[in-house]
Amino acid sequence: MVSRAREQGPPQAGPSVTTALSALVRRDLRLALRQRGDLLTAVLFFLLTAALFPFGIGPEPNLLLRIAPGILWVTALLAVLLSLERLFLADGEDGSLDLLLVSPLPLELAVLGKVLVHWLSSGLPILLSTPLAALLYGLPAEALPVLLLALALGTPTLSLLGATAAALTLGARRGGVLLPLLTMPLYVPVVIFGVAAVDASLAGLSARPHLLLLAALLAAALPVAALAGAAALRQAAE
Amino acid sequence: MSDLARPPAGSALHRFASPARFLRLAGSLQPWLAGGTLLCLGVGLYLALFGSPADYQQGETVRIMYVHVPAAWMALFVYLCIALASASLLVWRHPLAGLVAKASAPLGAAFTFLALATGSLWGKPMWGTWWEWDGRMTSVLILFFLYLGLIALTNAFESPERGQRASAVLALVGVVNLPIIKFSVDWWNTLHQPASVMRLDGPTIDPSMLWPLLIMAAGFTFYYLWVMLLRVRGELVEARLRALQRLETEGR
Repeated sequence: MVSRAREQGPPQAGPSVTTALSALVRRDLRLALRQRGDLLTAVLFFLLTAALFPFGIGPEPNLLLRIAPGILWVTALLAVLLSLERLFLADGEDGSLDLLLVSPLPLELAVLGKVLVHWLSSGLPILLSTPLAALLYGLPAEALPVLLLALALGTPTLSLLGATAAALTLGARRGGVLLPLLTMPLYVPVVIFGVAAVDASLAGLSARPHLLLLAALLAAALPVAALAGAAALRQAAE
Repeated sequence: MSDLARPPAGSALHRFASPARFLRLAGSLQPWLAGGTLLCLGVGLYLALFGSPADYQQGETVRIMYVHVPAAWMALFVYLCIALASASLLVWRHPLAGLVAKASAPLGAAFTFLALATGSLWGKPMWGTWWEWDGRMTSVLILFFLYLGLIALTNAFESPERGQRASAVLALVGVVNLPIIKFSVDWWNTLHQPASVMRLDGPTIDPSMLWPLLIMAAGFTFYYLWVMLLRVRGELVEARLRALQRLETEGR
C-alpha cells in the first residue's frame, strides 16, 4: 500500500534528496552513538574471539602466524553478522520504515545510507582494532597494511550483502537463525580473496590482484544491495 | 483460489499462467513425463551399468559418472529455472511462478546433494580424497547452501506469498554463483576435470559413453519436470482447500 503511494509521485531531485539522506544518516549515527553497548559489542566480540584461538590451538608462533589471516577474517565476518539482525528491525517495529517508504528519498539510497551507518558502527571499529588483534598473532608489520586494506574493502561488502539478507528476513519467524544461512554463501568470495591477499603478502607476493578482486566485489555489491534491499523492504511493508 | 491474482492477458506465456489451464495441462502431461522418466532411467541405467565399456584408466568407477554428471547438470538447471520463475514472479507477479520456484527448491537441493555425494564417492578412489577445497566443489557446496537458504526463507513467513517473493529476490542475487560454477574449472587450476561434453569443438567423450550419459540426463530432466508439476498441483489443490475451508467457516 505504502509503496504504491510513493510510486505515484516521482522523487524530487536536487537538494531535498541529499538533505533527506544526510538527515537519515545523522539520525542513525546518533542512535548508534547513544547505545554505546551495541557499538562495543562488535569490537569486543572480534577481539575476544581472536584472543580465544591461541588458547585453543596453543601458543606456537609459526602456527598462529599461518592461520592468522583466516581467523581474523572469519571473526571479523562473525562480528559484522552479529549486529546485522537489528539493521532494519527497530525501524520496522516503530513505523519509521513506513515513513522512509513515503519519503522523497529513493528507497535504494536509504538502504545505502543505513548500510553506511552499519559499516561505521561495526566495520570501522573492527578495522581500528585490527592492529591489536594482529599483534596477538605476531603478524609482521609489512603484512598489516594489506590486512587493513583488505578489511577496508571487504567489510563494506559484508555490510551491503548482509543488509539485503536483513531486509529479506524482516518479519520472518526465526529471523536470527535465517540470517547466517542466507549470508554465508554470499560471504564466501569475500573471505577467500580477503585471506588470499594477506597470505600473498606474507609469502612475499603481490596482494594487488586479490585486493582488486575485493574492490570489484564491493563495486558489484553496491547496486545489488541497493536494488535487492529496497525490493525486500517494499515487500516487508506490503 | 480467490486470493490468486489474475495475471494480465495477452502474450502466449501469460495464457499458461491461469491456474485452471495449468492444472489441465499439467494433468495431461503427467503420464508422459512419468513414462519418459521410467523409460530413460531404465534404459540409461542398463547402458551405464552393463552396456558401456569401463574406462581404460578409471576402470569400473567411471560408472559413477552416469549419476554424478546429470545430477550436477540438474543442480544448475533447476537453479536457472528457479531464477527465471523468480524473475517472472517479481516482474509480472505470476502466482504460479512463485509456486514453481517453491516446488523446485527442494528438488534442486536434492540434485546438488546427489552431485556432491557421488562426487565424493568418486573422488576417494580416483584422487585419494573424499573432499578437496577446489573451485568446482566449493562453488557447488555454496549452491547447496543457497538452496537451503531458499527453502528456509520460503517457509519463514506467515503469508506464503511474502515467503515466495522474498526467496525470489534471494534467488536472483544468488544467480552470480552459476557462472562461477560453470567456469570454475577454467579459472582455477583444480583437481576437477574441465568440461568434456558441452564444448564449442564438440564432445571429447566417446559415443559409447556419451549416449548413456545423455539418456540419463534426459531421465533426470523428465523426473524433475514430473515431480515439480506434481508439487505445483499439490500446492494449487491446497490453496483451493484453504479457500473452501475459509468459505465454510464464514458460514456459507
